[in-house]
Amino acid sequence: MEGTLLIGLYVFVLAMFVGFELITKVPPTLHTPLMSGSNAISGISIVGALLVIGRAGDAVLMRWIGLAALILATINVVGGFLVTDRMLQMFKSKDAS
Amino acid sequence: MEMSGFSTAIPLAYLASAVLFILGIKRLSHPDTAAGGNRLAAIGMLLAVIATLLESGLEYTWIIAGVAIGGLIGGVMARTVKMTAMPEMVAVFNGFGGAASGLVAVGEYLRVAGGAGGETLAIDSGVSIMAGTLIGAVTFSGSMIAFGKLQGFVTGNAISNPLVKFSAGLLLGVAVVLAVYLVGFESNLAFYWGLIAAALILGVLFVIPIGGADMPVVVALLNSYSGLAAASAGFVLGNNALIISGALVGASGLILTGIMCRAMNRSLANVLFSAFGTGSATAGRAADGDRVATPIEAEDSAMVLGYASQVIFVPGYGLAVAQAQHRVRELADLLTERGVSVRYCVHPVAGRMPGHMNVLLAEANVPYEQLCEPEDVNPDMENIDVAVVVGANDVVNPLARDDPSSPIGGMPIIETDRAKTCIVIKRSLSVGYAGIDNPLFYLRNNRMFFGDASDALARITEEVKQL
Repeated sequence: MEGTLLIGLYVFVLAMFVGFELITKVPPTLHTPLMSGSNAISGISIVGALLVIGRAGDAVLMRWIGLAALILATINVVGGFLVTDRMLQMFKSKDAS
Repeated sequence: MEMSGFSTAIPLAYLASAVLFILGIKRLSHPDTAAGGNRLAAIGMLLAVIATLLESGLEYTWIIAGVAIGGLIGGVMARTVKMTAMPEMVAVFNGFGGAASGLVAVGEYLRVAGGAGGETLAIDSGVSIMAGTLIGAVTFSGSMIAFGKLQGFVTGNAISNPLVKFSAGLLLGVAVVLAVYLVGFESNLAFYWGLIAAALILGVLFVIPIGGADMPVVVALLNSYSGLAAASAGFVLGNNALIISGALVGASGLILTGIMCRAMNRSLANVLFSAFGTGSATAGRAADGDRVATPIEAEDSAMVLGYASQVIFVPGYGLAVAQAQHRVRELADLLTERGVSVRYCVHPVAGRMPGHMNVLLAEANVPYEQLCEPEDVNPDMENIDVAVVVGANDVVNPLARDDPSSPIGGMPIIETDRAKTCIVIKRSLSVGYAGIDNPLFYLRNNRMFFGDASDALARITEEVKQL
């Protein structure tokens, strides 16, 4: 188990660096779509919610907690990606408009 | 999990979805590729969900119910939200993301130590669960308060009360002690609920002292927290997909927070703890002395603008409040037809979230080539014939440059005071969020157009048509 935590830390730190490199290149014009889009990505806890429901077994409270997490994460994912798409469709070039 | 083909396929699918997230964010570096990037990230998410569903023993009725309810709510919110309300939407989504991740930690706690209590947690999963619970709960309640402030349910004023800081410090101490006890000594359900309650109140106390115009920093910081909450849920479950995605979002929020702080020349600690903008009582010097602000009317404004060769518009939060983005674009189009070169200069902290003004202008069909940043405009401000400031104040205050001792000293500004003519569209000479007087209003090359931004722009547009 300690090995898993350590590997997790490696992954986390390296992913932070990748994130810093990528996001410094996003222009200020797109900062709002960046926020709503990354928000949708943080809805990855939907995976965690699915696993909690799966592991609940007979534990009723745990299953309801998993369901609540699933609903909130799904709102985040579906709403986040859709609203980001809606916004990005509005960013048009002179030639396109 | 039993060994099967899925047991390696599932982690590989998670890896693929992490790659898709990274490629998706990479494409956000240009407006032309950004929409495709967002879709790539969405495909990555779908892949991660499908991979998880392949794991055995899932309760499909519950899952379908949860996805249907969440998908419906999320879809309706995304379709109906007004672009001016994007800060509120992002604040709410930050909160939901934090809550979802926090609940995952709660669910895992109940699984590991859900019995009558007394079982000890393994140190590593225990630490992850406590961190996930704490970050998730703080993100949730903090985001809800930020939402309330943006909506006006909660006072948008900065609150400076030493009691708030003291209570927050105390609660943080209580939460940490509880977490250490739960991991190091024995698990106890009542203590765990106490930890959650402390974290929820902590989130409230963390955001409530912060004033409305500092919301871009808070929203960006909470964005980062929602990522860190997802990453800690990843540590709880030992799931690298969550760790990577959470780290990406955490980094994104941190960078935006840094950009916002630099754009105000203030430290993060100053934004969070100094209750900026409470000094309104000391600020009432707006109309005193021998200084006179020269007013201008629509007809004269139209003359100046219509015969200019270079014009910049400087939008601020007042533009969003007046919903004046379409009016600005109408005027700008009319000027462009007359051969005037028009650009929009957006300060990083204008509005209530990073990039807020850009989205509003994009909604009004302003081509993104016309959007520019202060450092693009400031070097040749002398060549700008007219700078039109719409609903902005502190971001064009020359004191930031000229008086290092002022509250906004050293903050990078858009130096419209150096333009040949500056027209400020504003309801009155009142002070901005920083609570300080703006000497720009009294300069010889400045004109004040008093009135509502939307109405003022419409009147100027009518007059330009008459030229």
